[in-house]
Amino acid sequence: MTLKPNDRVAETPESGIRKFFELAEERDDVISLGVGEPDFSAPWAARTAAIDSLQAGKTSYTANRGKLELREAIAEHVQRWDQEYDPESEILVTTGASEAVDLALRTFLEDGDTVAVHEPTYISYEPGVRFAGGEPLAVPTSADNDFLLTPEAMADAGAADADALILCYPNNPTGAVMNAEETAAVAEFCVEHDIDVIADEIYAALTYDGEHTSIATLPGMRERTIVINGFSKAYAMTGLRLGYAMGPADAIEAMNRVHQYTMLSAPTTAQYAAIEALRSCEDSLREMATEFNRRRRFVISRFEEMGLDCFTAKGAFYAFPACGGDDEAFAEELLEAEGVAVVPGSVFGPAGEGHLRISYATGMSELKTALQRIESFVETR
Amino acid sequence: MDAKRELLSLLSTDAREDVDDIARQLDTDPDTVERLLTELESEGPVRGYQAVIDWDSTDTNHVAAHVELNVELDRDTGYEEIADRIARFPAVESLRLVSGDYDFAVKVTGDSMQDVSQFISEQVAPLPAVTQTVTHFVMETYKEAGIDFGDRDGDDRLSVSP
Repeated sequence: MTLKPNDRVAETPESGIRKFFELAEERDDVISLGVGEPDFSAPWAARTAAIDSLQAGKTSYTANRGKLELREAIAEHVQRWDQEYDPESEILVTTGASEAVDLALRTFLEDGDTVAVHEPTYISYEPGVRFAGGEPLAVPTSADNDFLLTPEAMADAGAADADALILCYPNNPTGAVMNAEETAAVAEFCVEHDIDVIADEIYAALTYDGEHTSIATLPGMRERTIVINGFSKAYAMTGLRLGYAMGPADAIEAMNRVHQYTMLSAPTTAQYAAIEALRSCEDSLREMATEFNRRRRFVISRFEEMGLDCFTAKGAFYAFPACGGDDEAFAEELLEAEGVAVVPGSVFGPAGEGHLRISYATGMSELKTALQRIESFVETR
Repeated sequence: MDAKRELLSLLSTDAREDVDDIARQLDTDPDTVERLLTELESEGPVRGYQAVIDWDSTDTNHVAAHVELNVELDRDTGYEEIADRIARFPAVESLRLVSGDYDFAVKVTGDSMQDVSQFISEQVAPLPAVTQTVTHFVMETYKEAGIDFGDRDGDDRLSVSP
């Protein structure tokens, strides 16, 4: 057969998100709580900077690593999380944080390497590991422990022998956040068992209770961690596709080698928007975070009133309530009966079963209506 | 942010939120919200609740003008006295003392341009302290109270995404 996908691709199933997307698309009266991106637009100042750059004809490639001005702004920005990286040698601007994750996997994995992934997990990590020739190892987390990753859970899953860990907190899909102490426990485990860490911190700016702790800042971790972040979630710039990776100079140099042959450079227009976002859009960032936080409290208290168990998500823009049974059936029936789209937790791995991912990246009035509909669905079910 | 400031910021986006929903968003109970609202109203920060109306999309006659006002002070008449005299007219929607080339910025509304001009020439210009008025009629409103009147775009995100 011609154009036969290789085994890695052929054996990777289509994302479970896709099915719900197609079901939701069939109707036009749907309120969707299934969206994994902000409902805001990028701050206007960032958008005008992009427009101005286009008008000025700035449409060529940039340096492989991204414009130095942007890397300098990033280096300054991440100091809020105690991260210190040299803009010249330790930061790589990528086409979305997604490219950064893929680059890290392809740069550091040997064939057959094991990569621990805590579940429920963002849907791209496990396929990404396989595409890079590695073997994902699921480390289940559960509502009993607020979906936090612990050294015990890692040990139980056999992750002591893993070569790398993908760590994503604040978490998609649960909204869970790890505090300094909890992160330190995982860091110690990684140092003890010589595990590299890919820390996807894309939701760091959307941490509502306390401050985000980056695992890279803990003892013994800087040299074994690639920190990944980006502009999509905090600055509502998903479609502009801009992220970055930070790590020791040698590691970033190696990632840049893959990047320069495969991507050349991240989108130029987006880089101009990002420079402006970092320069002048702190207020917008704060306003969006304040608004998300209000919705978060609203959603969680509504689920409590309905009698659905919903642990207190403290970050990102997701709540992850238990639906008491088959999550897929629940989501399908809810869509059918009430026109509300949510994502069944099992899409994010077996550890997500019995839960729903509720995105509150939706305006307050729609959110209210959607929760009213869910409430009446729960009552009649 | 303390509770009152957070409540003010929430009301400034949507004053029609009901007390139960406000309580859920601020992680408190409805009684506390009621109490804070009463305090904010009696202590002064909350002066009222109004809808933001795009009059041009109604069939009501509604004309607005921004009026620049220069005044001359004397021993008995300060800005406060002049402001008080002008603010009492219902046609005056807002009145501000400003820095720059003129003293007061006044927003005046009426049913017609004639209505507004007449008000300025008969009630404001003749005041002894007023030395000059410049009236700018509003031709088109693009944004009011933080709300962009042209912004009616729908949500073009994918309905379900990772």
